[in-house]
Amino acid sequence: MTGEMWSTLFVFVLASFIGLGVIRRVSRLLHTPLMSLTNAISAIAVVGAIIVTGSDAPIAIRVLGAVALFASTTNIVSGFLITDRMLKMFKTIEKRDEGKGKA
Amino acid sequence: MVGITQFAYIVASALFIFALHWMNTPATARKGVWAGVAATTIAVVFTWAQPGVSHHVWIVLAIAAGFLVGVPLSRVPLTAVPQRTALSHAFGGAAAGLVGTAEFYLGRLDGSEHLTTFRMVALLAEVLLGFLTLTGSLMAAGKLQEVKWVPQRPVTYPFQNVANLSLFVIALGIAAALVLHPGATWGPLAFSAIIVLSLLFGVLLIIPIGGADMPTVIAILNAYAGLSAVAMGFVLDNKLLIVAGALDGSSGLILAIIMCKAMNRSFANVLFGAFGQVPHVKAGAEEKVYKSETPEGAAQALEQANFVVIIPGYGMAVAQAQHKVRELYDQLKKRGIKVKFAIHPVAGRMPGHMNVLLAEADIPYTDLVEMDEINPDMPQVDVALVVGANDVVNPAARTDKTSPIYGMPIIDADKARSVFAIKRSKNPGFAGIDNALYFADATWMLFGDAKTVIGELVKELAGGSGMH
Repeated sequence: MTGEMWSTLFVFVLASFIGLGVIRRVSRLLHTPLMSLTNAISAIAVVGAIIVTGSDAPIAIRVLGAVALFASTTNIVSGFLITDRMLKMFKTIEKRDEGKGKA
Repeated sequence: MVGITQFAYIVASALFIFALHWMNTPATARKGVWAGVAATTIAVVFTWAQPGVSHHVWIVLAIAAGFLVGVPLSRVPLTAVPQRTALSHAFGGAAAGLVGTAEFYLGRLDGSEHLTTFRMVALLAEVLLGFLTLTGSLMAAGKLQEVKWVPQRPVTYPFQNVANLSLFVIALGIAAALVLHPGATWGPLAFSAIIVLSLLFGVLLIIPIGGADMPTVIAILNAYAGLSAVAMGFVLDNKLLIVAGALDGSSGLILAIIMCKAMNRSFANVLFGAFGQVPHVKAGAEEKVYKSETPEGAAQALEQANFVVIIPGYGMAVAQAQHKVRELYDQLKKRGIKVKFAIHPVAGRMPGHMNVLLAEADIPYTDLVEMDEINPDMPQVDVALVVGANDVVNPAARTDKTSPIYGMPIIDADKARSVFAIKRSKNPGFAGIDNALYFADATWMLFGDAKTVIGELVKELAGGSGMH
């Protein structure tokens, strides 16, 4: 194994610990939005899809990339939009009555 | 240029961590979404700007198609969120699997020396996890959507686990051969076999799992989707992918652990236990009787209460009763009655399902209380109103060692001074287990659709209020 591989493994282990630490503190109220948010975040696979789709590889390979790009974009768009839509609904009693006053 | 891209990736990684950090309270959570959007945009723009990326028309078309499908998918009713989540895990798995496949063939074209042992192991993990997540999540989405040809009840057959395990060993054998000889002429054939087996695993892993276990399964599939992104990061030597995938993976893992703890079960038991197949040992032992109550009677009891706890379950989601529940909440609040919602971690079909539905109905999140917080207060509760929840309030979990749910932490509804339980029919719940709560002395049943029954309660309370 080369140094490059060790450094990627290093990043993985450290990122997992950060993930465990941060996620553990996420409010239990928000577990459903958390799931749609992490859905959108893990659609970062879009990076790999762009590299494959935009490369000079044979057309069959680029088609695979384009389908992957489509799937990841779908997740990014729907994931962030629905997360925000759900989060907008969480209100305290004060906020809720404020909103009613305006309407 | 390489330096700039790497710097952009570092910024994106940091923003992703902030996105999750801000989810720790509803007050800052929306900021988290913006951080996530910013991170993804940065990553896409700087990847796209790399010198090796051409064929822009292709990229634009694929992204446009993604928007076309993604926007409507974000507009689904909130009761369909579990299905949507499962579906997006499927998309994530497909993306990872397809990129992995592309990378394999690209690697062979460039000469098999590029497919080092390390990259091949990562690549095969990516393809296996990706395609397994694809079919597994489609099955889960089908079960949640109650698609006809996807069986709702767990499907089991003799030697199921042995058969699955043997297939897995075969897949591992093929994978090992590929790792050692990535450039062999039989490479594409073996690779196709891995893809087929992975797709098959996804189906086989989900069919023995029942609806009540869906929260855990969705969380596990979430972790798989994250891990497949990590594997892609190893293949492409891309640290942003590794960080984002690891965040997603740990999120799925933590949620799955919380769900398992809330059911007092192990991962292995959820995945291979075929819960819900438990035979009705107790059937016919003794004829038990329910006490039914009318909406008028229940409304009177609610009116005289000082402290009411509402315990929602999947039945509330099915009946779309959350808006009626809000009306009931408003009626009780108007009378100065203390009202809280007791939320069990596995109520519903995905983690946090009930909270989102109640928030949608405009119930302040400050009145949504977790199981552990509400249980000590239960003896002071005058009326516990169970809305379509079943196993999560079954006292057999505390008392009956023969019960399949024995040991599972529950909301102590039976300790309240009186209990009203709304139930669609007299049949046992999803897990097919009798609920002792329904036969308790202080319990009265309100049979009917949750939305209709609560609507009647609201009508009684609204009509009665003028008479005082």
